[in-house]
Amino acid sequence: MSKVKKKVIKIDLEKCNGCRACEVICSAFHAKPQYSSNNPARSRIRIVRDPLRDIYLPVYAGEYTKAECSGKDKYVIEGKEYSECDFCRASCPSRDLFKEPDSGLPLKCDMCEDDPEQKEPMCVQWCLSDCLTYEEIEEEAEEKIKLEDVEIGLESLVDKYGFQKVMDAAARMTKKD
Amino acid sequence: MRYAETGYNLEIDLSRGNIERVETDPKWTELYLGGLGTNAKILWDRVPPETEPFSPDNLLIFSTGLLCGTPAVGSNRTIVSTFSPQTQLMAYSMMGGFFAPELKYAGYDKVIFRGKSPNLVYVWINNAKVEIRDASHLRGKGAVETQELIRKELKDPNAQVAAIGLAGENRVFYASIEQGRSSASRQGIGAVMGDKGLKAIAVRGTKDINVARPTEFLELCNEVLKYIQWRNENPIKNVEPIFQGLGSPQEMAIIDEKWHTTGFMWGNARTRRKDFWNKEAEEQWKQTQESVRTRLISCYNCPMKCGALISVPGISNYMMKCYTKLTYTMAAMSDLEFGFRIAQRATEYGVDGYSTPQVIAFALELYEAGILTDQDMPGMPTGTEERFYWLLDRIVRREGIGDVLANGTHWAAKAIGKGAEAYAHNNIKKHEQLPLKLGMLNPVYFLMYCTGEKINITQIEGQFPQEPFAAKEQREEFVKDWLQVPDEKFKQYFLDWDPRGEHSNPYYPTIQATCEIVDWMERMHYIDDALGVCAGLSSFPLKPPYHMHNYPSFISSGAGIAMDEAGLTQVARRNRTLIRAVNIRKGMRRADEKPPEDHWRKRFPELEEKLLDEYYKFKGWDHQGIPTKASLRELDLAYVADDLEQRGIIRNEQG
Repeated sequence: MSKVKKKVIKIDLEKCNGCRACEVICSAFHAKPQYSSNNPARSRIRIVRDPLRDIYLPVYAGEYTKAECSGKDKYVIEGKEYSECDFCRASCPSRDLFKEPDSGLPLKCDMCEDDPEQKEPMCVQWCLSDCLTYEEIEEEAEEKIKLEDVEIGLESLVDKYGFQKVMDAAARMTKKD
Repeated sequence: MRYAETGYNLEIDLSRGNIERVETDPKWTELYLGGLGTNAKILWDRVPPETEPFSPDNLLIFSTGLLCGTPAVGSNRTIVSTFSPQTQLMAYSMMGGFFAPELKYAGYDKVIFRGKSPNLVYVWINNAKVEIRDASHLRGKGAVETQELIRKELKDPNAQVAAIGLAGENRVFYASIEQGRSSASRQGIGAVMGDKGLKAIAVRGTKDINVARPTEFLELCNEVLKYIQWRNENPIKNVEPIFQGLGSPQEMAIIDEKWHTTGFMWGNARTRRKDFWNKEAEEQWKQTQESVRTRLISCYNCPMKCGALISVPGISNYMMKCYTKLTYTMAAMSDLEFGFRIAQRATEYGVDGYSTPQVIAFALELYEAGILTDQDMPGMPTGTEERFYWLLDRIVRREGIGDVLANGTHWAAKAIGKGAEAYAHNNIKKHEQLPLKLGMLNPVYFLMYCTGEKINITQIEGQFPQEPFAAKEQREEFVKDWLQVPDEKFKQYFLDWDPRGEHSNPYYPTIQATCEIVDWMERMHYIDDALGVCAGLSSFPLKPPYHMHNYPSFISSGAGIAMDEAGLTQVARRNRTLIRAVNIRKGMRRADEKPPEDHWRKRFPELEEKLLDEYYKFKGWDHQGIPTKASLRELDLAYVADDLEQRGIIRNEQG
């Protein structure tokens, strides 16, 4: 165990004005080439919105998981009902959230560390309401190897099709040219 | 590849149930940009002037603006265009919210409806899958309620829904289309939607919108965001709170209503209450507002919080923005609590918050005057507030006197007769206006009231302060960082404008300067309405983040269309002239272009004629306000000139 610097987006629900600028800029930043397109469905941060019930809950994409969990609990906070899923950051089989709309591959927040590394994630920069703020905290943890987008995608493909099929496909693709 | 736009429209024939996805001509984007511009082009081409608003041949267009769906801050407007049952002219009403970007992500720039469905239906656009679905179970449902029911039925909480209420179904001439926290309310477009048998449109999209030069475009967006932040921290000095910031008037945030309650008229746009706003009123209104306002909320990709979720005990939640907060309160000579309460019912019915309270106050005035009697209003309760509810319920159902009142004050007065027309005193081109009655004629506002094609002052004004600043030093300070002026001369006009004396209203600004100021103000609105950018960040407030100097780069880098200030000015002129031509072909002439008779106490008939003459000339129009052949040709609108000439509207002798 050692001290690890952890990047955190702090979310103050009272301050969200529901504008979805975080979704806009996230999907633009991660477009290839950068900023060339925009599509909230590809965003790694989404707002769970139910305006008439005053529910505004930004949640950013966490780990990919191959299995659905059993948690379907309800939470009532200041008279507003949330499901356990609303707070969950996982890209999981039970919902469309945090999946590429075309491929279905999982999306994960990378704190805008790639190309060029941002001092704060873009969603934080574009949130003028200060609902999203950025923090670095230190905690005791085992150092983990950070997975690249490609690895996360591959992992989900392996889960879906099995290791052998993915390997075969990769082999076929390399032979093509 | 098409940039900023999708390059496709949906064409839906409700009579035949036919749905087509049609590729659009990129040339049109270059000429008209999109939004209101291309809507006008479609209405000109496809709806002949003989077409009645309630004919199946009338079109109802829901359009995005060119920049909607891109990261351009605040570009979220849906521009709805058709012909108005009330004015019989082209109607365009716009709404913010979340609908337009969602439509773009679904892969369409516009949805164009024609025909009439035999049964009440709604349309579900889910990316490439588009369905016309039965809506008989939604008949009579509230406009807000309908949006909720449809989202549940489709099991898609992220679908954006635009819907009409009972008023639209019953073709009330001032029925609105409601969508989330927004509505397209003016000129009765909700009635046309109801006439087409269309209860709602739901849309969900998960596709990309591309921009041509990404890094440059994003840099511009960042600059706009930074400027908004700076403006929010640096409100404009020496003006009323309502003029200090950006956005649409911050009615949900602001408690101080001195300016509206003491400057605007109460009742049927009749009574000024100069002493209304005192400590007691302020305390009471503050308490009311803070107790019902649950949260300040925004439209898509905009940091301004112009709207609010309103939760009045005992009734359903709804969302509100802007001046509707006060229109019912002031028309009924009541308090803010009443205003918030009745606006909930009115929003569910789907009616315009400007016209509706005025129509009701007009009816009650006619009753007081004995022109409408107990026979016309059998069973009407005695209190004013109860009467407002009673009449509202009857109007949206077209029951009894409600059927007459549902056509607005102009048509109702005509139908009632017995001198009722004198009570429909606050209209321009048959359309109810803001309840303002002022002293000295303001030449800039005179021209805007007369000639604004939207027939709504808030959709033409902006940029230039409404009143001169008292002290020279204050003016000098104001112009110091006034980077939005398209030309330095506007600073001088403002510096020289005095509250009294030789350089004051109505003879200053000079006629020439007046034409130029009006031209600048409306130019910005026409650009916003083509791009889908909210006026609250551009044409409406003082010193906005979008202006003549950065808009061309947004268009070039966003849509990949070569654009400079001269080119953009030309597009705005083209769109403005085309909409004028649409209305001219519908019969609008100089005689229609006048403010309400009693808008100003001090009138100057000779000056007013000159102002109109010079403004028409400035615009390239003839004495009747008809665009000349030469000016139409110069704007690539030769096809308009030919049509107007064939119809004998442009006389042969005209240039």
